[in-house]
Amino acid sequence: MLIPLSWLKDFVDIDIPPELLAETLTAAGLEVDKITYIGVPQTQPAHLHATFKQDVRYPKSDHLVWDREKLLWGAVKEVKAHPNADRLVLAMVDYGADALEQCVTGAPNLFEFKDQGPLPQPLYTVIALEGAEVWDGHSDEPKRMILKERPLRGIPNRSMVCSDKELGISDEHEGIMLFHEDLGHKPGTPAQDVLGDVVLNVELTPNLARAFSVFGVAREVASLLDKPLRAPAYDVVMDGAPIDGHVAIDIRNPELNPRFTLSLLRDITIKPSPDWLQRRLKLVGQRPINNIVDVTNYLTFELGQPLHAFDYDKLVARAGGKAPTIITRLPEPGEKLETLDEVTRTLDPHNILVCDTAGVLSLGGVIGGAETEISDTTKDVLLEAASWQFINIRRTMSTQKVFTDAGARFSRGVHPSQAILGVKRGIELMRQISGGVVAKGIIDEYPLPPETVRVALTQFEIDRILGVHFSAEEAAALLRRGGFEVTVEGETLHVTAPDSRMDISSDPIIGQADLIEEIARISGYAAIPNTIIADEMPDQRPNPAIEREEKARDLLVALGLRENISYRMTTPEREAQLVPPGMASSLPEADYVRLANPISAEKTVMRHTLLISLLENARANARFNERQQLFEIGNVYLKLGKAPLPDEPRKLGILMVGKRGVPGWMHGEESGTVDFFDLKGVIEGLLDGLHIEGASYARAEHTSFHPGRSAQLVLDGQGAGVFGELHPMIARTFGFEDMPVQAAELDLEALLAKTDPLHDVQPLPLTPPVFQDIAFIVKESVTAAQAEDVIRKAGGDLLKGVQLFDVYTGEPVPAGHKSLAYNLTYQTDERTLTDKEVASVHAKIVKLCERELGAQLRA
Amino acid sequence: MLEQLETQYKDAAAALEQISDSAALAAWERDTLGRGGWLTGMLRGVGQLPAEERAAFGKRANELKVALTGAYEAREELIKAQELARNLEEGQIDVTLPGRPRPTGGLHPSTQTLRQFAHVWADMGFQVFRSREVEDDDTNFTLLNMPPHHPARDMQDTFYTTEPNVILRTHTSPGQIRAMRELGEDGTKPIRVILPGMCYRYEQITARSEIQFHQVEGLAIGRNIRMTDLKGTIAAFARRMFGADAQVRFRASYFPFTEPSMEVDVECFLCHGDGCRVCKYSGWLEICGSGMVHPVVLRNGGYDPSVWSGFAFGFGPERMTMLMHGIEDIRYFWGNDLRFLEQF
Repeated sequence: MLIPLSWLKDFVDIDIPPELLAETLTAAGLEVDKITYIGVPQTQPAHLHATFKQDVRYPKSDHLVWDREKLLWGAVKEVKAHPNADRLVLAMVDYGADALEQCVTGAPNLFEFKDQGPLPQPLYTVIALEGAEVWDGHSDEPKRMILKERPLRGIPNRSMVCSDKELGISDEHEGIMLFHEDLGHKPGTPAQDVLGDVVLNVELTPNLARAFSVFGVAREVASLLDKPLRAPAYDVVMDGAPIDGHVAIDIRNPELNPRFTLSLLRDITIKPSPDWLQRRLKLVGQRPINNIVDVTNYLTFELGQPLHAFDYDKLVARAGGKAPTIITRLPEPGEKLETLDEVTRTLDPHNILVCDTAGVLSLGGVIGGAETEISDTTKDVLLEAASWQFINIRRTMSTQKVFTDAGARFSRGVHPSQAILGVKRGIELMRQISGGVVAKGIIDEYPLPPETVRVALTQFEIDRILGVHFSAEEAAALLRRGGFEVTVEGETLHVTAPDSRMDISSDPIIGQADLIEEIARISGYAAIPNTIIADEMPDQRPNPAIEREEKARDLLVALGLRENISYRMTTPEREAQLVPPGMASSLPEADYVRLANPISAEKTVMRHTLLISLLENARANARFNERQQLFEIGNVYLKLGKAPLPDEPRKLGILMVGKRGVPGWMHGEESGTVDFFDLKGVIEGLLDGLHIEGASYARAEHTSFHPGRSAQLVLDGQGAGVFGELHPMIARTFGFEDMPVQAAELDLEALLAKTDPLHDVQPLPLTPPVFQDIAFIVKESVTAAQAEDVIRKAGGDLLKGVQLFDVYTGEPVPAGHKSLAYNLTYQTDERTLTDKEVASVHAKIVKLCERELGAQLRA
Repeated sequence: MLEQLETQYKDAAAALEQISDSAALAAWERDTLGRGGWLTGMLRGVGQLPAEERAAFGKRANELKVALTGAYEAREELIKAQELARNLEEGQIDVTLPGRPRPTGGLHPSTQTLRQFAHVWADMGFQVFRSREVEDDDTNFTLLNMPPHHPARDMQDTFYTTEPNVILRTHTSPGQIRAMRELGEDGTKPIRVILPGMCYRYEQITARSEIQFHQVEGLAIGRNIRMTDLKGTIAAFARRMFGADAQVRFRASYFPFTEPSMEVDVECFLCHGDGCRVCKYSGWLEICGSGMVHPVVLRNGGYDPSVWSGFAFGFGPERMTMLMHGIEDIRYFWGNDLRFLEQF
């Protein structure tokens, strides 16, 4: 929202620089995110520091500062033809000097005044004298220039009448800036003092509906700076016949439309608005249209009370020549309206409408209809100022997809008391600038006045919430600055909220909180001291799920993996890529959490698996990386049964692909491509680090994986996830042709539940170990796990360690067989083992392996 | 015999002088003083000499043995010194060659920042509380004082699901309600938690805005929690996070679930308040929204707002990470480009 300081000062005196005002507003919750300077200099920080003892920081502005000597308010007294050029004229300008200055200019908007002799009414503009700095009007890029004397087609020329663009007001450079009034300043006045301004861009949070206008901001400024607030004039000159009998109002839904007011202005002339009004509208970003429409916009921006003007004669025609009745109601089924934006709308059942007996006129509080709008031939104006329930207006704007300045204000809340003020100020302004006569009286239907909000606030409550002591009188004084009426009774404040404060609740507890905030805000948050919490410390609780998860992350990083965090939205089709064509899916059978308003076709549901994003990440990274070892920890979302909310179990996904070692400059050290056992090594490392005992591995039955090179992790008889080589068809889908991709998706919660934070630590052995190797040949079908079980069973207590160090097939091992070789460690704390003892255990191992595994000892 | 001893001694001593590497020295030692060496052999043969020659020969042979041993040790020392010198001279490598790369892993930058937060807040007694991401509309909005069609709902564009009233949480604040109901024991116990987690907003994905981002919400509930405590606690956090002299300022703001509400700015840690591009020349960086828990929210959490009070705050770890490391594009975070991740 743009707030010109020149307009703001109509309502409150401001004796601090704009930068400090911006800082004050920002601290109070009206965030000023930009200050725009028009012609006037920026305040120097050193000046702020010296004069106001404030260190306020703001970006240095690169706007054009209008030279007070060389850019002056000028009056064009006559426009003469240029003797040598048809496309140039000579503007004779009074800028306060003894003689008129002759400016050669090509401004097309002066041509209509050419050769008319001295003008009966001078035209006002800004004249730049030799040496003045202005923006180059002909440059596409912002470029400054210094005005130099330069004859134009044989006529000496040392000054210039300026366009908006040359002064940095707007991009307008078609013609020069022209006013028909002197704006209260004599020729020769520095242009800064006439047109110079500062515009604040204020961002409003939803609770600040009351400040959604120049006057609304002025009210905040007045309370923050503790200055008096000057209300605008609401007097109306009513010289016309009484309005009674010329229009009636019928409100059908007072809860949606608590108030509706009308005033009638007759015999007007539609024409452009006066310069001062047009200028203000432009400063707040509006395009002037005509004197009637401009006033409705002006009041929207000045008071925050939007107005709507009807062509009264069209209403009379619709009523068959009789006095029209304005009806506010909800639509009939299928009713339609063509609005000012040339859209024909089918109305929703909740859209509150302004109608007459012939049908719909406008979408109440949001946008007018095309049929009864003001036109160039309008003679009589019926002016509406109404009040609307803000929630309903919000719904209408959202379902009708229409955004207007009026709707923006009504949808945040405008108090019904404002309607009568808006209609009075609006009709009077229209009267002044359109030459019409106001009918006596205002039609004011007010079926549902809101209750006045009264709150009792104790000083104890202020202390309790803020932690800083205000006396009842101090608190009352702070509230009064914002227009609250306060009576103090002992330690209790009896507060009546002003109409503008629709944010103050009548609920006793909430209302107190609202007032406490106001007291803190007006006193300034900076004035509230900092303390350390003195309240009792809550019971601290263990947080194993989170602590263990972080431990798992650390372990995975130590194992060389890089953490990913991916979008948690995907599509069923993306996830279906994990199912090879023609095979059944092994993905979770739950339903998806489906988005009703997906942001893109690529993100329609919440994921069921982490593997897709890891594969997609790996595919994207493959261009730049020969080796990727990734993991992600996060939720999947499984909609189960009838429960509206899904399960959100946490999963661990791992993906490894490419070279085993990190490629460097020494040849041959990368040593191959990662395989199943690299991945298993990571999983074993993780289980070790988490002190999870008793993991076992079974063949996986998961169609996303290679049937022979994947495993299920089993913890205490329960499956805790799958890992292994992805099915080659899936790897290929993600661009890994002939490049095995190792992947895991583990149930993190099951895993972490099995960690043993109190695992026993073995004492360091006091006796020396005895090492022996054993190698034997078994059938291929014997698994490493089976072999180790047998060795350990036979080895008993004396066998401390079993380490497989070689698996071999090929000559001289017979076909269908393999050789397994182990380092065995024998040790007991009780004594140093003798060779004889070791030999006896070793023999037992050999014998049991022969018997149970069909093993054949190798030499 | 003695003559032969002397000759061989001379030859051996001379040969020793010529030796310049440890392999030749070892061979000399083996042939001369070693078990099979000539001198050892001669000494061993003393018994076979005529008795009258034995004493003199034995004496002389031992003398020469001592002399040769001494010379050998001196030579050995010399050669070692020479070899060391040679090694130091010749063993030069190109120290500018890159090292042998080690496989290293790493945590995602968001995780690192989240941990930093959790760590600092844990020191102040705020424990982590985790809460769901797919939420019901009530918990995400209504119970937080944002009834249907409340204007504040416009501040948070929402992902809806096909299940009525089920949405993706737009902030971690619904965790406040869940924490109060789960830990508060019907409004009888104080609470101090942080709620880190992923949130979702229906927005265009651009360099500045994401549909998915982390928040770290904080909540303190007690019988004596005041706005001064909120200010002091946030200021203490800022000092821990950004340095002992970190300045903070509090600006009035609006969140439906707190009142009074405030934005917290920390003095720009890049320009120390002088004004720079990152802080848009304001000298301040917005780091956190905060406020006193709204009475409606306390009530919905099971607490009596006339007895209990509390404060809440919320940080954006990705934004913080971006500020700290000069990251200009928030899309890097979920892009998982290793060239980005490996910089952390």
